[in-house]
Amino acid sequence: MILVFFFIFVTINLYTKKSMTFNVQEWLDNNTKNEILFLFKGVITKSLLSNSFEEIESKIENAPTKVKKKIFNVLVELMQNLHHHSSILPDDGSSKDVGKYVICILRKDSNGYRIISGNFIQDAQKNFLTKHLDHINTLDKESLKELYKEILNNQEFSAKGGGGLGMVDISRKSGSKLDYNIHDYKPGYYFFSLNINILL
Amino acid sequence: MEPISIEGTPKTPTVHFDSNEGVVEIKGRSIPENSIEFYNPLVDWLENYLSNPAELTKVNIQLEYFNTSSSKCILDVFKKLEAIYKSGNEVVINWFYEEDDEDMLEAGEDYQSIIKIPFKMIETEE
Repeated sequence: MILVFFFIFVTINLYTKKSMTFNVQEWLDNNTKNEILFLFKGVITKSLLSNSFEEIESKIENAPTKVKKKIFNVLVELMQNLHHHSSILPDDGSSKDVGKYVICILRKDSNGYRIISGNFIQDAQKNFLTKHLDHINTLDKESLKELYKEILNNQEFSAKGGGGLGMVDISRKSGSKLDYNIHDYKPGYYFFSLNINILL
Repeated sequence: MEPISIEGTPKTPTVHFDSNEGVVEIKGRSIPENSIEFYNPLVDWLENYLSNPAELTKVNIQLEYFNTSSSKCILDVFKKLEAIYKSGNEVVINWFYEEDDEDMLEAGEDYQSIIKIPFKMIETEE
């Protein structure tokens, strides 16, 4: 009898756990309901990055100059970040997309533009990002400027990236808080999503 | 010293460095993936120029976009110019920004507060 209960308990537990797994497609569908100007979805490579920049520029041609520059700046920074820092999910044979699978969306909203990204990360990045982004989000304009200069002028920071300068820059250029989420995906792997608003 | 003359691309700036004229110019966009690769020869050139600079070095920086990977390299360029300035030579830095581009003006102010050389902020028309 006890064994039967135990079996039921384990089954229910496994079932709920499974149904709670983060669904990337669902997330993508929810975020692509409005007018989409640009969408990148797949394994990111250096040459795909370059092509994307050209496509983005042509899609925002008609935006006001000031906003256009902000959008381009943020997207370049964000996509280069994705290219450098995304984790590759272990190949379990279920997907043909093996590599740094990332999503990047540029959407037009009623009050401006929205840039949304999603990628996979591991524990080290999860810890770094949580600490770094939470800190950035507490800062006002002046303190952000000071943090930017501090990281920039720190000799440890290499030009390949690091130090989190990109996120500080994104926050400064967008002028809004970095709205992010980290969802459990697989043991040791998380889906990191970032939602940036650029007001008109 | 041989001058440096590089044509701009969609990801890298136009560069003109000339020791005879005392001109250091970087214009366009700087968003390469690997900025060190692009800027290393420029920083090396300035290191050599430091030993025998022109009486007056005119620096023109006119960027449309730059990524944070470039920002560190641009700081390295300014640090070399600061060394030239500190060794008693005249250095004039013109930082150009497009009308209404507050972000680019602020970027110039950020560099100016790190590098102890006066910047001249010049607004250009779109």
